[in-house]
Amino acid sequence: MFNSNRNLLPDCSNSLIAKKSVAIIIWMQSKVIQLLILIVLVTTACSPRTGDDETSLADSNESINNVGSDTMVNLALACAEQYQMDNPQSNLSVSGGGSGTGIASLINKTTDLANASRKIKSEEIVNAQANGIEPVEFIVARDAIAVIVNPNNPISQLTLQQLSDIYSGKINNWQELGGEDRPIVRLSRETNSGTHVYFLEQVLRLGDKNDKTLFSTDTLLLPSSEVIGAEIRSNPNAIGYDGLGYVTPDMKVVAVTASQLGDPDFIYPSSETVNDGTYPIARDLYMYTAGEPVGFVKKYIGWIYTPQAQEIVSDLGFVPILAK
Amino acid sequence: MQVPRIKSESLITGLIKVFGYSAILFVVLIFYFLISEGFPAITEVSFSEFLKTRWYPIEDYFGILPLLVGSLVVTVGALIIAVPIGLLTAIYIAEVASPQTKEILKPLVELLGGFPSVVLGFLGLLILSQYVRQILALPTGLSALTGALLLAGIAIPSIVSISEDALDTVPKSYRDASLALGATEWQTIWWVTLPAAKSGVLTAIMLGIGRAIGETMVVLMVTGNAPMMPTGLSTLINPTRTMTATIAAEMGEVANGSTHYHVLFFIGIVLFIITLIINVFASTFVFRRKKRSERILS
Repeated sequence: MFNSNRNLLPDCSNSLIAKKSVAIIIWMQSKVIQLLILIVLVTTACSPRTGDDETSLADSNESINNVGSDTMVNLALACAEQYQMDNPQSNLSVSGGGSGTGIASLINKTTDLANASRKIKSEEIVNAQANGIEPVEFIVARDAIAVIVNPNNPISQLTLQQLSDIYSGKINNWQELGGEDRPIVRLSRETNSGTHVYFLEQVLRLGDKNDKTLFSTDTLLLPSSEVIGAEIRSNPNAIGYDGLGYVTPDMKVVAVTASQLGDPDFIYPSSETVNDGTYPIARDLYMYTAGEPVGFVKKYIGWIYTPQAQEIVSDLGFVPILAK
Repeated sequence: MQVPRIKSESLITGLIKVFGYSAILFVVLIFYFLISEGFPAITEVSFSEFLKTRWYPIEDYFGILPLLVGSLVVTVGALIIAVPIGLLTAIYIAEVASPQTKEILKPLVELLGGFPSVVLGFLGLLILSQYVRQILALPTGLSALTGALLLAGIAIPSIVSISEDALDTVPKSYRDASLALGATEWQTIWWVTLPAAKSGVLTAIMLGIGRAIGETMVVLMVTGNAPMMPTGLSTLINPTRTMTATIAAEMGEVANGSTHYHVLFFIGIVLFIITLIINVFASTFVFRRKKRSERILS
């Protein structure tokens, strides 16, 4: 490894090398100093906006952090954009991550508003209180869970019991439901999704709190609605569920009924069927705050109940809260 | 090494030493953080719970076995595809290809290695999984096989680059001697050059394994994330869930300090230990002291 020839380097003049190295060092030092001055100037120029309150509480500083449900993230974004257009001095930031993520952030005090597409769980309330937070719930919109299949699938209607059997693994072939001879591929959202938890409680367990049925182990837990959509569109074996706002025209929506007797009415999900209660898999969409909201957060939540905001809700495919 | 007498020399030597040792420091710190966050999992959840076969953390089912199997199946599948292809590609580029072909091929392979993995995952989801489903008549294309194929695609450039460099450093005298003794070109490559470059090739394969087992985005999008236990030969074509995808998908939702949080760090520890074992195993091969006869004759 060590070259035995290194002692045969030409014998250069030491002073020449010394002069060159000194020149290089001085040049580098000046560059370093220039860089330091530049950094100092840039950081001092990036001072906070003047004219805001001096206090550091988020809600007196017209800025809000809004984290949580992926089902609600587009809705929250659209509302935030509209509010910022009407009130240019405000500053709202929205991100997804799942209802579980949002509530966890609220408990960890890293967000002002948590979006959730499911009710907060009792363990989460206990965790929040242990951290000194009393979560307050606001229902901001309603949503239908649409059951979707590939457009080439002949099945158009299912009962809740059949859905429960499909997802718990009791029914494994479309033939058993009157369809083609194909294996059923079950698609679901990840466990951190409020949609997933809602589906588990209301469809798999049919609302029974003591039921311990779980999704079958071969249910695909896909990370987002787009992935579910891609698989539904291209795989004729697939069945999935997602919020009505995420259903695109190239998917087939299945009509659902809760009852088993006789010749029940199978209902398609829509604003009307959600609000009049006939669609069985409908849910409320929540926003949670840490304690009673004050200041800017209170103003923002108040704005969400105005007709202007509720119109955004229905534009995005959700169901607006009727006059409150 | 001689002790340097010029002051700036000893300063630089000291600085380099600090940077060198800091690498060890970072590894130790990471390990310490993993252990401190992951160890409570063993006290909060009984060890036998980890050995169960059901992973459903929101209802306190913490069986890690399906995740472990998932990672292993996908990695082994990727290696079965990547090692032969990678090695043979490296041999072709280093030994057989003409200089012009070599000049085109080598940069192209390195380009493939520069692909962001999330793009590959997305392409796999939209395109590869459909073909896998149609060609193999599977219920769904989101399976361990698709994951293994994409991971092989990610591991091959690493294996090819480093193996090719290793084969290049074998002295020409080895090949000349073998050919002079009457061996054919392929016999020379397989029995003389490749064994001589053994340590480099093994390093390349270890790097490939490391990339495959640690890859997150690709397996998150393409394997279906279904925590299933193996069912014989069909395991490769069934959906599966890897440890890395589990951590990526679930870390966002856990409340800091909850049992789920600690269990996720425990999975991180398991991953760390697996990678450590692979690296130690590789080192014992690569840095083996030469036999006395090899040292005398080289």
